[in-house]
Amino acid sequence: MSRDSHNIDMKVTFAGIEFKNPVVTASGTFGFGREYAEYFDLSELGGVCTKGLTLKARQGNPPPRIAETPMGMLNSVGLQNPGVDAFIKNELPFLKKYDTRVIANIAGETAEEYAEMAQKLSGAGVDIIEVNVSCPNVREGGMQFGVSARAVAGVTRAVKRRSGVPVMIKLSPNVTDIAEIARAAEGEGADAVSLINTLLGMRIDIKTRRPVLANNTGGLSGAAILPVALRMIWQARRAVKIPILGMGGVTSGDDAVEMLLAGASLIGVGTASFTHPGAAIDIRDGIAAYMRENGVAAVSDLTGGVEAY
Amino acid sequence: MGAALNSVFTVSDVRRLAKSVFSITFDAPELASRAEPGQFVHIKCGHSRPLRRPFGISDVCGGKLTVVFEVRGEGTKWLAASAPGRRVDINGPLGRGFSETNGNILVVGGGLGAAPLLFAARRARESGGVTAVLGFRGISNAVLTDKFESVCYGVFVTTEDGSSGLRGTVALPLEELLKTGKYSAVLSCGPRAMLKSVAELCERAGARCEAALEERMGCGVGACLVCVCKTKKNGVETMSRVCRDGPVFDAREVVW
Ligand SMILES: Cc1cc2nc3c(=O)[nH]c(=O)nc-3n(C[C@H](O)[C@H](O)[C@H](O)COP(=O)(O)OP(=O)(O)OC[C@H]3O[C@@H](n4cnc5c(N)ncnc54)[C@H](O)[C@@H]3O)c2cc1C
Ligand SMILES: Cc1cc2nc3c(=O)[nH]c(=O)nc-3n(C[C@H](O)[C@H](O)[C@H](O)COP(=O)(O)O)c2cc1C
Ligand code: FES
Repeated sequence: MSRDSHNIDMKVTFAGIEFKNPVVTASGTFGFGREYAEYFDLSELGGVCTKGLTLKARQGNPPPRIAETPMGMLNSVGLQNPGVDAFIKNELPFLKKYDTRVIANIAGETAEEYAEMAQKLSGAGVDIIEVNVSCPNVREGGMQFGVSARAVAGVTRAVKRRSGVPVMIKLSPNVTDIAEIARAAEGEGADAVSLINTLLGMRIDIKTRRPVLANNTGGLSGAAILPVALRMIWQARRAVKIPILGMGGVTSGDDAVEMLLAGASLIGVGTASFTHPGAAIDIRDGIAAYMRENGVAAVSDLTGGVEAY
Repeated sequence: MGAALNSVFTVSDVRRLAKSVFSITFDAPELASRAEPGQFVHIKCGHSRPLRRPFGISDVCGGKLTVVFEVRGEGTKWLAASAPGRRVDINGPLGRGFSETNGNILVVGGGLGAAPLLFAARRARESGGVTAVLGFRGISNAVLTDKFESVCYGVFVTTEDGSSGLRGTVALPLEELLKTGKYSAVLSCGPRAMLKSVAELCERAGARCEAALEERMGCGVGACLVCVCKTKKNGVETMSRVCRDGPVFDAREVVW
């Protein structure tokens, strides 16, 4: 239900697709939905975004793959996943049982690989393709694409040609000019952008003098990155017309409202689910509570509503 | 195995068992009734730490659930400073526990690895018999031995410095006990190096062995893939999730 008893409208139309509410789970933090389905009904979510998929199955990086940081964490999973075909066969049918949107996150080593996966997944019935050109934890592909406007343009073009559903480019925060990269994606026909992926970081164990992560470096996520995410979403909002899925450090309904005001139309919830399995639902309810208290009729009215100096 | 749940529970008792080792008990009938030996709980230790801390379930009795832990860093320090009445956010019970708790069971623990084995020993005691081998650094670190003595046929304690029981590691009594060939399964928990040597001794003796592993965790429920360890089944290597596919694994399947 998009309208509740107090007549607030949580519906969002994003790249032509209707979401019942603005809260989606962030890639890599929610598996393929099975585990958290034990805690709440996935149909309560606006959408579920899958773990990053690759053409062939990947084992990922050696452990330790996680380090806690002040109000955040580093991860170096390195795209462990069963491969796109196994996802379509074994995982997608489970997600399709729920009344929620399915976003498939993909990562390739070449533009061609991205395009092939997009074709397979859109044929299999996912609602949106999220093109991850921003994974900091793999050698080939990943962030290499996301930090160059030319490479982002090339991947976007290739995927747009073969995808039957809207294409969203997931941008890396590890760049000097986010506006330039967002424009490159829009210029090649991207239907939306999502940001931010994790910020490249590191921690060192002072007893052993070795990095905490076996991969040496990893991606920073969680509450610590919220201000960076807000700033970049705000900059991207001013640079492009296509809608933005905002994420990075959202842990409460108020955080989500800030992100909507900065320019996001949908909100991704990631690391917050590790702290509280029901975080995404609490955040959705927190947005609704803000709307009621402040007389906001439609959640889409909040998008880009910040009055900058 | 019942489904996990995330809720807030009240601390009913906190005890110091050794210099930096504590037991904490929660009034948690919903958790206690679902818990299986070898499973763990994921505890939110204060507000400033985003990640929960995993602890093996050490005992379950009359609607109460106990974990035994050592103070290591900020999270465990916060937990140790609890007093009865404190409300604590717990997610659990999580993971796959021991599958063999029927028959004649041998439990082998190293350090605080003994904690979750106490719950396993109690369960085994209901249907058969149980013997324990517990290794510690020294007498000041030896915890829970009295509890094991009340549950087990025999308890063999070893210490590295010989200050209590046999001097040496758990391998000494374990090898002798395995020679009798009378145990249907060996359940082990402790440092990885110890688990590896227990697994090897069991393999050589032809005894079934289950090992409870530890790895740093994010979600604790199987969704984020940060807690993996390499396992091998039918020649195929997999990165298994310690939080979901484990923490207890068939020792022959772990790539040590
Ligand atoms: C399945 C499982 C069962 C466990 N059972 C017990 C138990 O019964 N008793 C007990 O004393 N300890 C147990 N541990 C270890 C316990 O989780 C850590 O000692 C604890 O997380 C340390 O938290 P801290 O904040 O005090 O330390 P810090 O060093 O400040 O923690 C920093 C981060 O590292 C993680 N971390 C640090 N050490 C470990 C470790 N050894 N294993 C996993 N994560 C770690 C913390 O969770 C946290 O995210 C278990 C670990 C696992 C994985
Ligand atoms: C453990 C973990 C795994 C992740 N895996 C992926 C991934 O496979 N693909 C991707 O595009 N982003 C991945 N991310 C990034 C998140 O989707 C999100 O962009 C980031 O964590 C910021 O949001 P948060 O602060 O709410 O977690 C991962 C993040 C974490 C913490
Ligand atoms: S901690 Fe997330 S999968 Fe194990």
